[in-house]
Amino acid sequence: MPHLFRFISTVRRGLFVLVLGISILVRPAEARVFDPETFTLDNGLQVVVVTNRRAPIVTHMIWYKVGAADEAAGESGNAHFLEHLMFKGTAKLGPGEFSEIIALNGGQENAFTSYDYTGYYQTVARDRIEIVMEHEADRMTNLRLTDEIALPEREVILEERRSRVDNSPGGKLREMMQASLFLNHPYRIPVIGWEHEIHELNTETALAFYRRWYAPNNAVLIVGGDITAAELRPLAEKYYGAIPARAVPERKRITEPPQHAPRRLTLESPQVSQPGISISYLAPSHNSAGSEHAYALQVLDEILSGGATSRLYRGLVVEQAIAASAGSSYGATAYDLGTFGFHASPRPGGDIAELEAALRAEIARLLEDGVTEAEVASAKRRLQAGAIFARDSLGTGPNIFGRALTTGRSVADVEAWPERIASVNVDQVNAAAREVFVDNRSVTGLLLPESPAESPG
Amino acid sequence: MTPRSFAIALFLVLTAALPARAIEVQRVISPGGIEAWLVEDHTNPIISLDLTFRGGAALDPAGKEGLANLASSLIDEGAGELDSQAFQGRMAELSISLSFSAGRDTFGGEMMTLTENRDAAFELLRLALTEARFDEEPVGRIRSQILAGLARDSQSPRSIVGRTMNKVMFPEHPYGRPVKGTPATLPGITVADLRRFVTERFARDTLFVGVVGDIGAEELARRLDQVFLGLPAMAAPADIADTMPDAQGGVVVVDRDMPQSIVAFGHAGIARDDPDFYIAYVVNYILGGGSFSSRLYDEVREKRGLAYSIYAYLNPLQHAALVMGGVATQNARVAESLDLIRAEWRRMAESGPSETELHNAKTYLTGSYPLRFSSSRRISGMLTGMQFQGLGIDYMERRNGFIEAVTLEDARRVAAYLYDADKLTVVVIGRPEGIAATRPPPPLGD
Repeated sequence: MPHLFRFISTVRRGLFVLVLGISILVRPAEARVFDPETFTLDNGLQVVVVTNRRAPIVTHMIWYKVGAADEAAGESGNAHFLEHLMFKGTAKLGPGEFSEIIALNGGQENAFTSYDYTGYYQTVARDRIEIVMEHEADRMTNLRLTDEIALPEREVILEERRSRVDNSPGGKLREMMQASLFLNHPYRIPVIGWEHEIHELNTETALAFYRRWYAPNNAVLIVGGDITAAELRPLAEKYYGAIPARAVPERKRITEPPQHAPRRLTLESPQVSQPGISISYLAPSHNSAGSEHAYALQVLDEILSGGATSRLYRGLVVEQAIAASAGSSYGATAYDLGTFGFHASPRPGGDIAELEAALRAEIARLLEDGVTEAEVASAKRRLQAGAIFARDSLGTGPNIFGRALTTGRSVADVEAWPERIASVNVDQVNAAAREVFVDNRSVTGLLLPESPAESPG
Repeated sequence: MTPRSFAIALFLVLTAALPARAIEVQRVISPGGIEAWLVEDHTNPIISLDLTFRGGAALDPAGKEGLANLASSLIDEGAGELDSQAFQGRMAELSISLSFSAGRDTFGGEMMTLTENRDAAFELLRLALTEARFDEEPVGRIRSQILAGLARDSQSPRSIVGRTMNKVMFPEHPYGRPVKGTPATLPGITVADLRRFVTERFARDTLFVGVVGDIGAEELARRLDQVFLGLPAMAAPADIADTMPDAQGGVVVVDRDMPQSIVAFGHAGIARDDPDFYIAYVVNYILGGGSFSSRLYDEVREKRGLAYSIYAYLNPLQHAALVMGGVATQNARVAESLDLIRAEWRRMAESGPSETELHNAKTYLTGSYPLRFSSSRRISGMLTGMQFQGLGIDYMERRNGFIEAVTLEDARRVAAYLYDADKLTVVVIGRPEGIAATRPPPPLGD
């Protein structure tokens, strides 16, 4: 059945998945991916315009440079709670009224919270953009909340958590793996929050977070679609330019200590009938120490799992015929450390231990023998073609800029992506693999069935 | 589709739906008589092709459930001279994406390529549709992947709710059978079955093609012949009876130890070609279709925080129609949520929407229509859908007019016969409190 779940907020995973699929951008000769225009208002609000004339519509996004990793200790889920409450009215508008105005104008909207950013967006006909700008700017400073409005929304979030995590053995294991991979950094805490801490969130925690972090100088305005910077600028000045800059704390998270032992988690549940294994390693991001490896790691990820002829699929699924699926994932976009993950699931009747051994053998072979020139060339070609496809859809460019600009990168970095991918060589890929695939900085998670007879009740 | 002499093209300029920038839909008919609808767009060097064959998983022979779905995963796993790795390797080298899928009523395909690689892309598409190999290795591999997916589905609450609802709504009709098959049926599907499927189902008279992007009408006409002319002129006869979903109503509970129940509900709906379809579409938007504003959303989520997701939608299949909905809420509050949903269902049937609700719904539904035109792939899919549904090449221009024409009287009349709270069939998975099952869950063959 279609969309059993509609979501108002994309907690971390949804958005990461989205962008892993498309982050992959352009070819060296052209050297430009989206060719955006950018300017900064006097109050520090950075503005990016990605013109796309496909249809007379625009996507208007505000990205705040704050996310779940910036929450106070004990207040997990507060960034996401605030995201929900941002729909509950201002000095001018009642609860839900902005949403009604958007709908009345034929617009669609959503919002999302991640570790490093929180975003709000609307897609509307181009002649309606002023309406959404007026009200988005309004709720940047004029949010009004009462317990009567805020507390039922906490119940909604608990239901959201039950859907995403508590109802799902895989969701619970992912949460445990994340909490084990990061020993100290707040990436260990789920974006949606621990249940017992969500219960303690309230109007005051949300408003305190809002007053601390939501300001024009801590945000990026990104508009994509049928509009130019010249057309947008006067509207941006009028609505956002009127909001004064405020002092915003430096984003400084506690950091990871050295890690001295690999971790291994097993979740058994009668609700699992198809086992799975995943292995996650701490990895550099574009913005962390070791960022020189970030482009090589994207090429490596493509070599390992880009399509049916990739190393992992060909090796484990086709040739050895022991896996039903096998792949990797690398997220280069993070304000602090990233992760590089492997996952595989056995063929029915297959042995998970045997599959784990085969997956580890692939990693060992990679470290031992390295990748080939041909593999690197082919992966780079696909990544660069991906950059052309990325120009097609209205939302892709704005999303990529939003993620980049809230995690320490620049417009120029995004536009230079194809050249930097093109410059990656075999030695760099091999060096990156040796840097990242270190057992002591890894967590292995096993999702296993449990016979119902053994489970209590 | 009758053969025509030359590729050419009817140009239509759509001004109503897309006021500022017109989308031109061209009807391209190849020398061999293959028709496609084309939106030319040379902004990016990309071509997106979408195709649909009439006839999907509902035509799987009894005992061979899962055939169409298995075929959809295999036709790009080796074709012509290329074995599976060679075929997939060619796609990877040239960044060509090709994918196929089986629905209940249709078999669909999508191709996306850079313009510079279009020779290879069209050729791979032709090979997949006409010369699939079904070698032993990929057949075994893909079958095992689907079996692994079925194992996962057998424990997935959402999948169980969906399949249970289908089975309850269509106990005797092919729509009640699982599209992906079952662990019992998949092993019995042979290569001979797959070959017969391709021969019988892929044909020119059941084909619909939509193309968007960096290609002109004349070139497309040539490509259409290259890709599709090798298909048989006619598909094998297919006969699926029209049916009504089961009307007993009642509650089915699938017991499951989890904190939140997942609930689906629904009853008979309205056909896509019914003259009242657009009226029902508008009314249903008001009841449960709006993302952040609908009667169900307001009552269940906004006012009481009972659920994260709550919605209703029309599901018009080719041979039956449904109006369906869903909610997920903690076990202790399922009963309260269902009472609210039934009350809203009843209120809409009794008095219909208000003048303001109708006005707001029309403003949203007409104003948001252009938002669908956000990527090549979405537009090529719309072009195919318009042909499959028989909506006419000028549909994009006329569509908002159908919405605008809905009157309050229409809305009340249709709401009164569309919604019947007493006929709702409810399927719950979880440990719902205060809910009495009225009939047992049907076996799913997991």
